Amino acid sequence: MVVTSYLALSAILFSIGLYGVLTKRNAVIVLFCIELMLNAANINFVAFSKFGLFPDLAGHIFTLFTITIAAAEAALGIAILIALYRHVETAEADQFKSLKG
Amino acid sequence: MSINSEFIAFFILSVMAIGGAVFMINFTRVIHMALALAFTFLSIAGIYLQLHAEFLAVIQILIYTGAISILMLFGIMLTKNHEELKSSIAPWHAVLSFVGVAAFFGVLMWIIYQTPVISEPSDGEGWTILQLGERVFTEYVIPFELASILLLVALVGAVVLAKKEEK
Repeated sequence: MVVTSYLALSAILFSIGLYGVLTKRNAVIVLFCIELMLNAANINFVAFSKFGLFPDLAGHIFTLFTITIAAAEAALGIAILIALYRHVETAEADQFKSLKG
Repeated sequence: MSINSEFIAFFILSVMAIGGAVFMINFTRVIHMALALAFTFLSIAGIYLQLHAEFLAVIQILIYTGAISILMLFGIMLTKNHEELKSSIAPWHAVLSFVGVAAFFGVLMWIIYQTPVISEPSDGEGWTILQLGERVFTEYVIPFELASILLLVALVGAVVLAKKEEK
């Protein structure tokens, strides 16, 4: 296997996620697509950790940190979504027009 | 490219991952989308296994397919979603997004295939959880502690945000 296969897979997943973020209206699905894009970046980290010019474990460690941040981000995203839902009674991202409650 | 077991495994895993992602975009019910994305995360764990990242594969299954999928299911069920997702974005918006993403993807693939690959892949010799732990707790100990603070802040913030306001 060569590194380009992994990079191509990661590029495909990232593009699908980007398309979802741009076209979906439901805020939960937008969060989903962001997670997909983060995962695509993680595949790149791990692939270069094995195939890079200086193969090293640092790629794995960076991926661990990315997963941690992504988990925190998902939790906060859901919390903000629920708080907003309580005010405007909808989960559709283009209905959120005001920052004030 | 020779056909060997590694190639077959990569092919199956990537078809599963991309298929899950495409189904996620195309399904109309939100729960089906969540399950399709959990499937994609599971396939990515398989990709990690193939790249000699066993610990990351386990973490991926635990956090993504386990925790984040369940969290998203909670998010879906606590907000009222219309049974069929309205696809009422303007058609020109979808077409424009598709063209933009396709152009981005084309540039990305062009760059990937232009870049020469000069290094030999490492065989992952000695990449054990022991070594990973030593690196995390010596070289990367400050980011590790910062991550723990970040998780604490996120925990408190999520509770405060989602708490019902007292009137």
